[in-house]
Amino acid sequence: MYNKKVISRFKKPKFAGEIKNADAVGEVGNLKCGDIMRVYIKVKEGKISQIKFKTYGCVAAIASSDILCELAKGKTLEEAQKITGRDVLKEVGEVPALKVHCSILAQNALKKAIEEYKKKSQ
Amino acid sequence: MKTIYLDNGATTKICPAAEAAIKEANEKFFANPASIHHAGIEASKRLERARKTIANTLGASPEEIIFTSGGTESNNLAIKGLSFQNPSKKHIIASKIEHDCVLNSCKWLEERGYEITFLDVDKEGFVNLQQLQNAIRPDTLLVSIIHGNNEIGTLQNLQKIYEICKKKKAIFHTDACQSFTKAPLSAKMADMITINAHKMHGPKGIGALYIRKGIQLTPLAHGGGHQQGIRSGTQNVAAAAGFEAAIKEAQKQKKQIKNMQNLRDYFIKSALKIPNSTLNGAEGNSRLANNINISFAGVEGESVAALLDMEGICCSTGSACASKSLDPSHVIMAISNNSHERAHGSIRFTLSASNTKKEIDFTLRALAQAVKKLRKISPLKR
Ligand SMILES: Cc1ncc(COP(=O)(O)O)c(C=O)c1O
Repeated sequence: MYNKKVISRFKKPKFAGEIKNADAVGEVGNLKCGDIMRVYIKVKEGKISQIKFKTYGCVAAIASSDILCELAKGKTLEEAQKITGRDVLKEVGEVPALKVHCSILAQNALKKAIEEYKKKSQ
Repeated sequence: MKTIYLDNGATTKICPAAEAAIKEANEKFFANPASIHHAGIEASKRLERARKTIANTLGASPEEIIFTSGGTESNNLAIKGLSFQNPSKKHIIASKIEHDCVLNSCKWLEERGYEITFLDVDKEGFVNLQQLQNAIRPDTLLVSIIHGNNEIGTLQNLQKIYEICKKKKAIFHTDACQSFTKAPLSAKMADMITINAHKMHGPKGIGALYIRKGIQLTPLAHGGGHQQGIRSGTQNVAAAAGFEAAIKEAQKQKKQIKNMQNLRDYFIKSALKIPNSTLNGAEGNSRLANNINISFAGVEGESVAALLDMEGICCSTGSACASKSLDPSHVIMAISNNSHERAHGSIRFTLSASNTKKEIDFTLRALAQAVKKLRKISPLKR
């Protein structure tokens, strides 16, 4: 059902966990839909220097959270904010049609974290 | 990697006796049992022997047994066939925890002017008998309630339900696909009973419907008038022979039900040691001998099942993420006051008689690890 990349990222995510003194946190999803994603970021000189996630959800949700973190790390806030669901999907590769929606949730959590960071630092 | 198959509620491995019976029937009894020549007559005899065995097992007579393609067709035939036959009565009662094929047959009728009452169940999954009694009206045609629930294993008290139905003059049908040969079941317990072969080590694609003498059904498939005109179509002698052989095999191994129950209870007791876990369904003799269903707070079932799969373990989940509709299990929702977390976090293991304690211990360790690993990365604090 899932490709090798999805399975391996699900099995051994590189960015799973939390950042204790994160500069901002963004969360999307709810229990009803069965996916909740939380993204923690630390920002240094306008760039995402550290990023971690915690995800409640299926294989696709966890794998795509991890892939999003990889895409965002080291990017400027402006660049990171522009990451779309399609960008994540391109990295994730083939997923079953029903799993597309959980694969494009993670970047919304990141967007929320960045918004929060910008609000805080105004 | 060794496979540990704990999804016998989905389907089972066919047993050697059934395979042998199918092979023999395909070789010796391949003729059309409706044909008038000697080969057809031999095939017909073989078919009728299988029908008789099934009838005897249920305490019914052979004319009351109609072969079908499986549980789905038997349930459709019982519900729609009875409705089409009795157009003046347009009220049907079912429970909220029916298998999709009963649920969707009822909903299909609902769209066509029928009124359906879906009975609540309590937190163990038992239908409320008082509610049933109150729900039956003069225009109630049918009550259809599943015997052993395929997800949570709860076994309904068919005798009590049937008593109420008889008293209030509604026909009672039960879907016994999961309980057949695993729990006491007989024609004394319902007016119509659905069974199938592939849940009890018989072949896929064959089932039967017991229809009490006197109950008329409108056929869903019209054709050559086979099986008293109720279900036309050339009969599958080999599959019927395989079904029969699987039943005989199950009857030989009655002791194994007790062993399965013990292994089930050991599994449940051990798995519930994982913090924040909840058993779904009833306990003891009111639970299918092979069913284990547990919800783990803070984790999603498809992920747990995927981690277990990597260890070779086959199981299933009531999580929305694993369903084609993206809806969580309606059964877990019904017993948990619509708790999405309970439904999404539910894992079902269904045993067969050949599972060993060693396999279960391996599974329990893998399960504890999987839940721990996923909780670590879950944003839900549990
Ligand atoms: C309770 C129940 N009813 C009906 C069915 C459908 O049976 P079949 O697969 O033979 O159509 C199943 C199995 O999927 C079941 O578990």
